Amino acid sequence: MTLLLDLALVAWLLALAVHVVVQRGERSAIIAFLAFGLLLGLAWVRLAAPDVALTEIAIGGGGTGILLLRAEAVLRGRGKEEEPMTRAGKLAVAVGCAAISAGLGLAVLSFASPAPTLAPAAAEALGATGLGNPVTAVLLAYRALDTLLEKIVVLLALIGVWSLAPDGVWDGAPEVKPAIVPGPLTYLARILPPFGIVIGVYMFWVGADAPGGTFQAGTVLAAMWLLVMMAGLKPPPDTSRPLLVLALTGGPALFLAIAFLGSIFAEGFLAYPEGLAKPLIVAIEAALTLSVAAALAMLVAGPARKAPAR
Amino acid sequence: MTASLSPGALFGLCGAALVGIGLYAIVTHPGLLRRIVGCNILGAGIFLVFGAVARRGGGAGFEADPVPQALVITGIVVAFSASALAVALLKRLSELNVGERNGTAAPTEQRGRL
Repeated sequence: MTLLLDLALVAWLLALAVHVVVQRGERSAIIAFLAFGLLLGLAWVRLAAPDVALTEIAIGGGGTGILLLRAEAVLRGRGKEEEPMTRAGKLAVAVGCAAISAGLGLAVLSFASPAPTLAPAAAEALGATGLGNPVTAVLLAYRALDTLLEKIVVLLALIGVWSLAPDGVWDGAPEVKPAIVPGPLTYLARILPPFGIVIGVYMFWVGADAPGGTFQAGTVLAAMWLLVMMAGLKPPPDTSRPLLVLALTGGPALFLAIAFLGSIFAEGFLAYPEGLAKPLIVAIEAALTLSVAAALAMLVAGPARKAPAR
Repeated sequence: MTASLSPGALFGLCGAALVGIGLYAIVTHPGLLRRIVGCNILGAGIFLVFGAVARRGGGAGFEADPVPQALVITGIVVAFSASALAVALLKRLSELNVGERNGTAAPTEQRGRL
């Protein structure tokens, strides 16, 4: 029975991916990609990875979806298309891509047995961190360096996006509100945020012991902020506003500070003193959640469009 | 037969196919926005293959190896950041193209007309 469900899920995923590629209408393709992201979340549940499922649905489906839909609305009718490839060229590319897929598929089928795993090592040290969710422990304790660098990559991407603002509006606010705000959007933007904020805070808090965590919580909070900005209930802040800059950099800064303190009070860079691990991790997660929320919302909002209010 | 069709292997194969589909879109599609979508499908496929590795590596009371899972979460966030940067570049590129076509170089004013 579950095999049938899995096969149906795989069939849908492949069908949607092909649809995204062959569909002529840009908008229809992006909406198919949104559905693809949601179904992919279900696939992650089947792979026993609920943390990844939440991230995929929130960021891979929702975040990327809204980003692409907004871009499509701006680019409609003026997207510069390149010359389409010849039929023979497409066929050659298709054969090449199929070969890559076949090779990867072969690799999947011939994985080493027994599978190499770090699960016992992760389980062994879990007690020392005071956490119950092994994925959070990997993200914020065993492989904290990855997470720290990732936060900095997100900030670098945001700097890249902001640097595309024209000279005249440098430091100004991005434009998120559409020309005409539909009534239901305003209604949703008034009703949804209280629930969204509670869900976001809950996801952050529960992430220490159960599926959830900073990224998922940050994305939910970012979505709520975007909703309010898109409905025009609160304008987006100037990109140079100190409070925004503090929210963006606060998480990585606290993370780095605790990392360096680790080399004085604990065994080394990014090490936590024994017994204090959990409170420190929760504090870092709280600051990171705010930073992730601010960064993701600003990434979707795009570069400055309006002259700064001075 | 049933062993080869465990969820791990099945979604791993699905991921392998998605890599091919995404790559095809990136190489052949004439629209740049769709190529960004293609990149995301390619990434999703790679993550799924990695998820298959995680699923096989379950043990010590966990259904799946938590280390690849955490790396995939990191990867999804980085992929989103890269997409956001690509989309911002694409928007700017099209603004500049429109400005060029109209003989003006005031991209911020172009927006009002759309």
